[in-house]
Amino acid sequence: MTLLTVTDLRVAFPGPNGRVVHPVDGVSFTMERGETLALVGESGCGKSLTSMALLRLVPPPGRITQGSGILLDGQDLLSLDERAMREVRGGRIGMVFQDPMTSLNPVLTVGDQVAETVRAHQRIAAAAAKARAIQLLGEVGIPEPAERYQAFPHQLSGGLRQRVMIAIALAGEPALLIADEPTTALDVTVQAQILELLERLRESHGMAVLLITHDLGVVAGRADRVAVMYAGQIVESAATDRLFRSPSHPYTQSLFASIPRIEGPVGRLAPIPGTVPAAHAWPAGCRFQPRCPRAEERCAVTPPIVTLAGGQTCRCWLAAPTP
Amino acid sequence: MTAPLLEVRDLVKHYRAGSVLGGSRPIVRAVNGVSFQVAPGETLGLVGESGCGKSTVGRTILRLQEPTSGEVRFEGQDLFALDPQALRAARRRMQIVFQDPYSSLNPRLTIGASVAEGLEIHRLVPKHQIRDRVCQLLGEVGLDADMAERYPHEFSGGQRQRIGIARALAVEPAFLVCDEPVSALDVSVQAQILNLLADLQAARGLSYLFIAHDLAVVRQVARRIAVMYLGFIVEMGTTESVIGSPRHPYTRALLSAVPEPDPERQRTRIVLSGDPPSPTAVPAGCPFAPRCFHPAKDARCLSERPALRPAGDGVVACHHAEP
Repeated sequence: MTLLTVTDLRVAFPGPNGRVVHPVDGVSFTMERGETLALVGESGCGKSLTSMALLRLVPPPGRITQGSGILLDGQDLLSLDERAMREVRGGRIGMVFQDPMTSLNPVLTVGDQVAETVRAHQRIAAAAAKARAIQLLGEVGIPEPAERYQAFPHQLSGGLRQRVMIAIALAGEPALLIADEPTTALDVTVQAQILELLERLRESHGMAVLLITHDLGVVAGRADRVAVMYAGQIVESAATDRLFRSPSHPYTQSLFASIPRIEGPVGRLAPIPGTVPAAHAWPAGCRFQPRCPRAEERCAVTPPIVTLAGGQTCRCWLAAPTP
Repeated sequence: MTAPLLEVRDLVKHYRAGSVLGGSRPIVRAVNGVSFQVAPGETLGLVGESGCGKSTVGRTILRLQEPTSGEVRFEGQDLFALDPQALRAARRRMQIVFQDPYSSLNPRLTIGASVAEGLEIHRLVPKHQIRDRVCQLLGEVGLDADMAERYPHEFSGGQRQRIGIARALAVEPAFLVCDEPVSALDVSVQAQILNLLADLQAARGLSYLFIAHDLAVVRQVARRIAVMYLGFIVEMGTTESVIGSPRHPYTRALLSAVPEPDPERQRTRIVLSGDPPSPTAVPAGCPFAPRCFHPAKDARCLSERPALRPAGDGVVACHHAEP
């Protein structure tokens, strides 16, 4: 069953010389209940802004433009008033961000912060909220949750703080958890713990997880489907296995070629030349074309979104059937 | 074996933790007796998680921090015994490339002036040739000569890292400490910098101490790898041996936590419990014992610190590792 439908999402910001730029430019995807979708891309591709837009938290002067659609359980989030939207944030949609140190309140105990979120979304007595908070802290793998309830954020390690963030996100019993680079600030052994935890919680709570990451390695074996973003657009989407086995977009292919591997022969890496352009400097036609090893003349024209076998989609002329 | 370019013996760095509010200031045991050698033209990878002391090793070797004890010989000289003038001469031969290309360049100097600084300080070329030399260095790292007049904010992260490398190369060093040189960069750009470092090594016969948390990146560049945990080297050997047949349980856990971008090659995951402990509380026995999962772990691991002993083509510090 479809949980989330995003259609033609566009975010506008004032750009240089009075122009308007669209760092998120026509993003469409759907998510099923209980599914993990990974949104992958490099910095500046618009993946985080997309997740902020889902929560209607685009920082001003940015705005979501007319014609964008966000349906959660069939409800149009873009037509909700601010009060109803506040119910959705932390309620049906939970959020976990990259840096738990700046997302937690430094002068409140972590337990109170979890309990506060419980009470924001349920009519429940203070004592019951506290009991629920302790239960949630235990569920996310915090040892001695009753004692740790009283801890302040600075007394916990980065990994434990991220677990607290996840407990807060679970407090509203969300149908969708947005995890934006949840492990990027953590050490690799702690990253593995947090990814396991998210996977376990997804199963036990039946949540869908939108995993936003720059790291294709984090995606493999964790996500059901992957959408790759470049320059404000989804350029390719596919089931995870299919994407890794047969990436179809030259950008995805180039990304794979540029990653050092832990197994297999060590050869010279094949970097993508140049850098990701800023939103005001996106080229006409295919936005990857100036860096693309396979660019042709027709790439100066906006490429179609081609649907391949198994539902894989690719925004590239090379995937289009030859006329 | 040819005489090593750099020889580090029993390096120790302890310091008192800073405290803004007064109160107790525990001793941070950042580096606890580290020894290794780097041959001319060789890359040694120094790997570990945050707080393991790897960056402190790099900075102490260059005497950017003063050691507590130990010895560093570079090109035959005892670095810790040098007077300021001799140290300045030695430092021309050893340079550092930092992680963050945003904060390591002076924002008020043009990049040409930044690169020229070392040439001027060490009076390496006559004044009228500085400009030509700067342009040549920029070319060597893949930047256009006409970029010399521009300021750091006009450059992307990857370009700034190239500038940092040009700045280090200006004084004709034999040895570079590369401290997480690519971890702040996007993957497509990371590959450009790794290839550049490899090219420069081949062209100039440079030696690198390559400090990183990412084993896949280190595997790409290093011939030998040393793994650090809590200020100790726990395993050191050739890259094939350390990554192909790791002997220390920590190395095995670290390897299994590397996110591999290939769903068909997901290895058995060892998920360590707990966080890396604090260098203010180094265990009496094996530093890794509290998190160790080795089936043979026993009382000795908790009481007696294992020394590095030969194993495979390298050394390992574990009471129960196979030789």
